[in-house]
Amino acid sequence: MNQENLVPLRYPLSAKGALEPPAEWAELRERCPVARVRLPSGDEASLLTRYDDVKMVLSDPRCTRRLDAEDAARISESESGGVFNAPMATALYSAGQQRWRMMLTKWFTAKRVNALKPGIVAMTDRLVDEMIESGHPADIKARVGFPLPVWVICDLLGVPDTDRDRFARWSDMMLNLTRYGQTEIDAAEAEFGAYLTAHLDMKRADPGEDLLSSLLTATDADGAGLTDIQLVATGQALLVAGHETTANMIGKMLAMLLSERRRWERLVADPSLVRTAVEEALRFDANPGFGMPRYVEQNIEVAETLLPRGTTVVCSMAAANRDENTFAGADEMTLDRSPNPHLAFGSGPHSCLGQSLARTELQTVLEVLLRRLPTLELAVPAEELRRVEGLVVGGLRELPVRW
Amino acid sequence: MKVILDQDKCVASGQCVMAAPEVFDQRDEDGVAILLNDSPSEAGTEDVQHAASVCPALAIRLSA
Ligand code: HEM
Ligand code: SF4
Repeated sequence: MNQENLVPLRYPLSAKGALEPPAEWAELRERCPVARVRLPSGDEASLLTRYDDVKMVLSDPRCTRRLDAEDAARISESESGGVFNAPMATALYSAGQQRWRMMLTKWFTAKRVNALKPGIVAMTDRLVDEMIESGHPADIKARVGFPLPVWVICDLLGVPDTDRDRFARWSDMMLNLTRYGQTEIDAAEAEFGAYLTAHLDMKRADPGEDLLSSLLTATDADGAGLTDIQLVATGQALLVAGHETTANMIGKMLAMLLSERRRWERLVADPSLVRTAVEEALRFDANPGFGMPRYVEQNIEVAETLLPRGTTVVCSMAAANRDENTFAGADEMTLDRSPNPHLAFGSGPHSCLGQSLARTELQTVLEVLLRRLPTLELAVPAEELRRVEGLVVGGLRELPVRW
Repeated sequence: MKVILDQDKCVASGQCVMAAPEVFDQRDEDGVAILLNDSPSEAGTEDVQHAASVCPALAIRLSA
């Protein structure tokens, strides 16, 4: 029934539990690898769910992120289409995505991120201290998962500790297409932009060891630098791309491990599994949010189906990550799975720039909690966990724990 | 085992360095991967296979 589901499925698909995959995934992969879906805006798109197809489209240069093209499907009712085509994305792409990325990658190399690790451990310990002090039950998503990635990004940008909370609020508002209205989102974006502009002026006068200070004077191979608008957009992009994603993943990872407590116990017994366990949590995440939309610029063929120019495709990395053809026992969470070429960070030249940092944050949270709170457990039955409302990034509203 | 790295494909994700730090590093200027050792020992085989499988750019090939 390739592409022949006559009535388009409503997308995003819904699932029973907060940690369960939508029932349709398996059937779509099997029988309808290119499925018609209707997005919240009412526009139609094609949904891909097989590993090979998703991987191919994510890295194919004919499938772009030009979702502002006239005939591209809009994602949601909100005018701007949210973070997928916010003004800041436009500002960045005007700088040339590859050029911009080249100037930033050196801040995200494995070596750099390893150097950040002791700082990340200290921040995590401090957050866990504060959580322990206020007693249980505690919402570990709010206490640890949500603040840690903001703290890390603030550090990277040279933002003082005292402004971390404002950063967290801006980030929360810019990503919440459903919880806040467009006027509030625009206001947060403007306030955040003004803060970053002032912050840049300060760094210009008194440069530090941070990413923005270095980008102020950095040039690409042709000797060109980034404009102020592009630098502000870079700060915004890093917060938007690196906060809510990582915060939610921390929550979901812990929920997956604690909801079947023998998984947690296995890690307590053998903490050397942390690295593979983090990868498996990324793969197993059944609630990652929207997936990655792409705009087809030239006809392509996927799963023996022609996708004509002008099609909007939605790549479900999470559905691909459960593809039995790539992952044996795909519906089992296997803490020592290796190799684990999951697509949680995308694939190809656009794949997540911050993935080493994200991995390090996830590993650190796990290491610190295993060391400090080996008796950690859920404070509510897993069935009572609820998904966040937002459209873009999936997560749990809260994660009550005790120890 | 021989390791072949295609630097033109590399997207500087650093995953190979995380997986097999004895075999891969990244250039400071642009994060593009470099090979420290193109014929790693038996003991390093598993790490290198892991690196090749997690490379998002499929830039690492292994041959016997
Ligand atoms: C668990 C946490 C994270 C997940 C699941 C995640 C996932 C992703 C995905 C799926 C993409 C898009 C790939 C595509 O379009 O094909 C992406 C892009 C990106 N991510 Fe992440 N990410 C995470 C954390 C971070 C962090 C911590 C940062 C940086 C502070 C970051 C920075 C970026 C940037 C800058 C891009 C755009 C790259 C480009 O356009 O070339 N991400 N991420
Ligand atoms: S994993 Fe692949 S893309 Fe990433 S740095 Fe290594 S070779 Fe380059």
